Amino acid sequence: MADAIGKNYQKIISEKQDIIRDEWLKRLKVALEYQKDILTEKELNKNLDGFMTLFLKTIRSEEKDLLSGKEWKELKEHLSQIIQKWASQGFSIRETLSFLLTFERVLFERIREELGKEERENLDEFTGLEELLTELEEFVAEQHVKNREEIIARQQREILELSTPVVTLWKGILAVPLIGTLDSARTQTVMETLLQKIVETGSEIAIIDITGVPAVDTQVAQHIIKTIDAARLMGADCIISGIRPQIAQTMVALGVTFDVVTKATLADAFSIALKRLGFEIKEDRREEK
Amino acid sequence: MEHIPILKMGEYLLVSIQVDMHDQLAITLQNDLAEKIAKTGAKGVLIDISALDIVDSFIGRMLGNIASISKVLGAETVLVGMQPAVAITLVELGLSLKGMHTALNVEKGMQLLSRLTGKDQDYTSRKQ
Repeated sequence: MADAIGKNYQKIISEKQDIIRDEWLKRLKVALEYQKDILTEKELNKNLDGFMTLFLKTIRSEEKDLLSGKEWKELKEHLSQIIQKWASQGFSIRETLSFLLTFERVLFERIREELGKEERENLDEFTGLEELLTELEEFVAEQHVKNREEIIARQQREILELSTPVVTLWKGILAVPLIGTLDSARTQTVMETLLQKIVETGSEIAIIDITGVPAVDTQVAQHIIKTIDAARLMGADCIISGIRPQIAQTMVALGVTFDVVTKATLADAFSIALKRLGFEIKEDRREEK
Repeated sequence: MEHIPILKMGEYLLVSIQVDMHDQLAITLQNDLAEKIAKTGAKGVLIDISALDIVDSFIGRMLGNIASISKVLGAETVLVGMQPAVAITLVELGLSLKGMHTALNVEKGMQLLSRLTGKDQDYTSRKQ
């Protein structure tokens, strides 16, 4: 709830809008440590002008409660677009809020200057204006956090996709280098991509390399076993490689076993895979002399 | 009544499941296959399920049963062409069909059958 803004305030703000705007731009640039390559001057000007116009519209509104008017909605919409852009460019919450905070400071200084001494002491009219601005600042803070959270969620999805590559080592041999902790969601992605690739390439052997998996507990082992079983059902054999000494020890201590061939390095696993497909690895000794 | 055709190719029986499996059809297949193995004395059974994209726990168990029955009757079973989604479903259901032979496609399945039944030469070149 914000009461209508007093007529003399409206008058001051309307008449001095150009002065307010210029001063605001100056201070905002200082607050943002303004750099042209992140935000162009033209865009910043457009943002400020748009906000100024809609702000004036809002305070001139005939609504009893300013926060229920359509002008207020437009103002918030405009602000929301600005901060979404800023969030995607990596502005911090302090920088985002400075858009409004500098505006508030300039606005109040201007009003103080224009008002007479008696009027200055009359705080009633002042409250409405302050409430309006506080409301806007809360909105900006909330939107900013929401925007950042959206970015984080999107990046999480991207990491999930990026971190599960399936590579072809040889005709008929696939490798899945697992990196990071395995949870159910990731196992699902790994399983799906691996099985899909098995179908596409008709590969008979898949090497699952767990060098990049920091720890293997019973749950992680269970996830790996599921992947192995699914691949076996489709007719492809799995080989586990990249088991580090400490991991081998924990696995034995936990009683975890994989009922497929396990190897310490990817190289060993690859040579076994080649042998199974009927290839032979030979050293060329002619070079030695 | 609906039947899934069982084709005899030399010493092997070939089953290709091209329709949606429902419970009765699976039971019929199990009966038919048992009869046929006993009658022909087949050494191996190849089941192609590449066209099957939905399984439930019952069908999964029936596939396991068929393999066990064939084994008792002296024939090896190879399951070929399982779809990724089907494999994931079976694993999530806890039916990893241990002890059942699998292969990627019919060709590789036939090679595996030859190896399992101790015949290394290609099945097609066998003279009757």
